[in-house]
Amino acid sequence: MSKDKRYFTRRGDGSIVYLTEREIRDDIVDGVADAVKRGKIPPLTQDEMDHIFGIVTMPGGVVGVAPEDTVVSTSDSGSSKFTTKCGIPIERVAGAMIHERVLGADSVDIGGDDYNYKTAKGIAKREASVLKRALDVTTMPLFYGAMPDLGFYTKPDGPVDNWAELLPLGKVDEALAAQEEAVGHSVHDIVYVAQQVDAVGADGIHIDTAGAAGDGDFLAALEATEIIKEKFPNLAVSIGMSGEFVLGMHGRLKYKDKRLAGLYAHDQVKLAEEAGASVFGPVVNTNSDKSFPWNISRVCTFMKACSEVANIPIHANAGMGVCGVPMAENMTADVVSRVDKCLIEICKIDGL
Amino acid sequence: MEATHAIAAGMGGIRTAGDLVMRVQLAKKLRIAEAKKYVAEKLDVTIDELCDVISMTEVREKRGFGIPHFEPDANVNIGMEAKFRIAEALGLRINSVERFKRLAGIK
Repeated sequence: MSKDKRYFTRRGDGSIVYLTEREIRDDIVDGVADAVKRGKIPPLTQDEMDHIFGIVTMPGGVVGVAPEDTVVSTSDSGSSKFTTKCGIPIERVAGAMIHERVLGADSVDIGGDDYNYKTAKGIAKREASVLKRALDVTTMPLFYGAMPDLGFYTKPDGPVDNWAELLPLGKVDEALAAQEEAVGHSVHDIVYVAQQVDAVGADGIHIDTAGAAGDGDFLAALEATEIIKEKFPNLAVSIGMSGEFVLGMHGRLKYKDKRLAGLYAHDQVKLAEEAGASVFGPVVNTNSDKSFPWNISRVCTFMKACSEVANIPIHANAGMGVCGVPMAENMTADVVSRVDKCLIEICKIDGL
Repeated sequence: MEATHAIAAGMGGIRTAGDLVMRVQLAKKLRIAEAKKYVAEKLDVTIDELCDVISMTEVREKRGFGIPHFEPDANVNIGMEAKFRIAEALGLRINSVERFKRLAGIK
């Protein structure tokens, strides 16, 4: 049995694992190689991989960055999570104030429990009213947030045929047309909500988990952003991604002549810039079966490539199951703080 | 998880100047280093001070920018009144401030 020192770390599902230095370094090299292969991007340098090893094996439950390197924060459904995730019966204005005065958030979004724009559109004036009350009593920037969630536009809940049912039947043209029609409905709803929240003085609107239903979903986010910036130029738009690449559910959709299917974060951010977004939230998936060293080195390879080409601030999505954060509901501070330190010190991100 | 982010890597919002840097990112699309530099120059503080709770509490109290932990008296400045001062100090348009002015009849 090997007597090599074993370091405490975790797997992508959050479970504890003890690895030797050799095993950690091998996983870091493999994680980088996987990102290079999939993203067709440059690898991390040896110094950067050594730095990841140092952060992974650093003593202490919580690690951190130097004060001058700290970054700002955005959220998704931030103000409602005390209620939806913790069962604490407070309304969202109080949630926003707690984020500001207790948690030290730099911004937060007011979003409904049913966090999608199709639902928000029907109650947009009332949602804007909640946001207006929060804007009166808070100091930090406030967003309204929700997801495009293109799937909500399919029958029986929505007006469009379900492309996921049409495709297995071989009805390809009908499936493509259904997605294109859904994009139009989604853009209309997002812009309508933007109009309502702009009217009460929102600082921004957050289009969250863009691309969750594939390339049509991402296209809706981009087209809505472009219209919002034209109609409400003082309303900032933040686009947060759903997965590390855009799924080609349609496959032929383009934005400004760029095919959307298969784009990774370093390409997505350029389209977000063209659409007029102020902030982009890149995502890299966490693999539950792999170790934290494998995941975070892979994340940093993708995220560094995104950060290097970005001309707008990027706020890495470091939540459950993405960017090296394990796929677990109750999160542990040791791994989350190590994710933050890697993303800031290696990838030079602008926010979380 | 949000608490961990705040402790390990967050500017800390109105505890320091995180809300101000965030505003500059939104308004001017500046990356984090440039956004911090912009705010630091406007407030005449160093980057170290900008990210420091004690230093920025003094600045925020003096300039009426709002702080998270305050005595409940008539001079407390938080929320809308703080945003009026922030908009002027940073040279930024804050949408809710502009709306407030318009509806209150303030030029």
